[in-house]
Amino acid sequence: MIQIAGVSREFTKNGRSLVALQDIDLVVREGEFVALLGPSGCGKSTLLNMVAGFDFPTGGKVRVAGEAIREPSPQRGVVFQEPALFPWFSVMDNVVFGPKTRGDRAVDYRPRAAQILEQVGLRGFEESYPAELSGGMRQRVGIARVLMLQSRVMLMDEPFGALDAQTRSLMQELLLSVWERHHQTVLFVTHDIEEALLLADRVCVMTARPGRIKKSIDVRLARPRALEITASPEFNALRLEVLALIREESQRAAVQEK
Amino acid sequence: MKPRFAAPWFLLLPAALVALWHFGVELRWVTEGTVPSPRQVLQSWHTWIFGSGGGKLSLSPYSGTWLDNVAYSTRRVLQGFGLAALVAIPLGLAIGWSRFAARVVDPTVQLLRPVPITAWLPFAIAVFGIYDASALFLIGLGAFYPIVVNTTHGVRDTNLLLLRAARMMGAGAGSVMAKVVFPSALPSIFTGLRLGIGVAWTAVIVAEMIAVKSGLGYVLWDAYYVGRMDICVATMFSVGLLGFLSDRVIVWGSRLLLRWRTLEAHA
Repeated sequence: MIQIAGVSREFTKNGRSLVALQDIDLVVREGEFVALLGPSGCGKSTLLNMVAGFDFPTGGKVRVAGEAIREPSPQRGVVFQEPALFPWFSVMDNVVFGPKTRGDRAVDYRPRAAQILEQVGLRGFEESYPAELSGGMRQRVGIARVLMLQSRVMLMDEPFGALDAQTRSLMQELLLSVWERHHQTVLFVTHDIEEALLLADRVCVMTARPGRIKKSIDVRLARPRALEITASPEFNALRLEVLALIREESQRAAVQEK
Repeated sequence: MKPRFAAPWFLLLPAALVALWHFGVELRWVTEGTVPSPRQVLQSWHTWIFGSGGGKLSLSPYSGTWLDNVAYSTRRVLQGFGLAALVAIPLGLAIGWSRFAARVVDPTVQLLRPVPITAWLPFAIAVFGIYDASALFLIGLGAFYPIVVNTTHGVRDTNLLLLRAARMMGAGAGSVMAKVVFPSALPSIFTGLRLGIGVAWTAVIVAEMIAVKSGLGYVLWDAYYVGRMDICVATMFSVGLLGFLSDRVIVWGSRLLLRWRTLEAHA
């Protein structure tokens, strides 16, 4: 579904060039949930932006469903780290932004919006404004509006990174239940090992700059998953394996910075 | 902790200034006859508003003609300012949004902007004559700059993530402009409008002093010539009051349209 083939991204700043990503090869199959895990600055968000169509590779190709990406599209819904809601629109208007802008009829999208808001636990907040919501609720709106797009591909850029631990767990469970229902193809960027293992079918650990995929680890934990799974011995074994990989990279990154 | 009663502290300074003015005149701190006393100004202002000797052909131009002159000036300000907003807001949106528009238009705007509105007076009179058009040109031009500059600034300040979010949800250029860029720039646009209406009142007085034969600016200059300093001061207060009121109207409009922002401020 998502094919990233030999992708590199080089930035030029003040005449100096900086290789953010080098020779990335990654295929995310239809309906697969893949987490990109890596130290900060490894270019994982850059990679996600290229799948979204916000940024373009300087080498290689990114394809979704066989087609090269030219611009952002509702077929690839994005949940950002910040909720990035329109502060001048109510929750409902934020959620129906996609179909409304596309010119769909309100009778078609309204009932679906109500259903999705119910699903993400925002019933009763339709007429509230983003400023009146907590961080977790805002991010639920961010997820709800992407669900409205009915995208087959969902791109998530550390969507729960800014939330407190309690809210984050709730949001992870919410995402699991949503994904169980729709089985979208998901590319999920995070630096949280447990989050990656809890959610994903496969975790790709990235190297420090220049970003490469160091190792791809299959997470063969039974689905549907719940938070309790993080206490299991299998989970712990995976956690230690990934932790060792990440440690190597963090140390390498620290050396680079010196 | 809130104070138990809100004393009208805002009245303290004006009261002190009026007292200073009053005693300054009464005790002859200034040469007699140059500055009228507050009481004189109030009386003349009252006559100017409510006097019955009105009519343009009457021998007492400062009796009952206040409202007419206020109406002249206000209409000019509203027309000039409205015209300026009508041109400046779309142009500012274009300059802020399109690099091409910025490259073509912005340098010219920045080059013409430092030319004071007063410096345009002879030009305006030469081109438009001693007519309303001169005044409207000066008022419009003066109000144009702050509106266009602030609109441009507001557009450029639009959060990149919101633009990405809109495009990701399938919004085309038109929708992005109408639903994201414009609302995001609206607070800045209102700042421009507030600055613009201020300049418009400055410009109307200058224009009426020289380029037309009616309105508060005309009265101000005329009264000075015939030695009616009391009317001059009353005119100054009138203009101040009108400027204040028109600013309040814009603020009220912005509160109405930017309700989501007051929510943000309280969050």
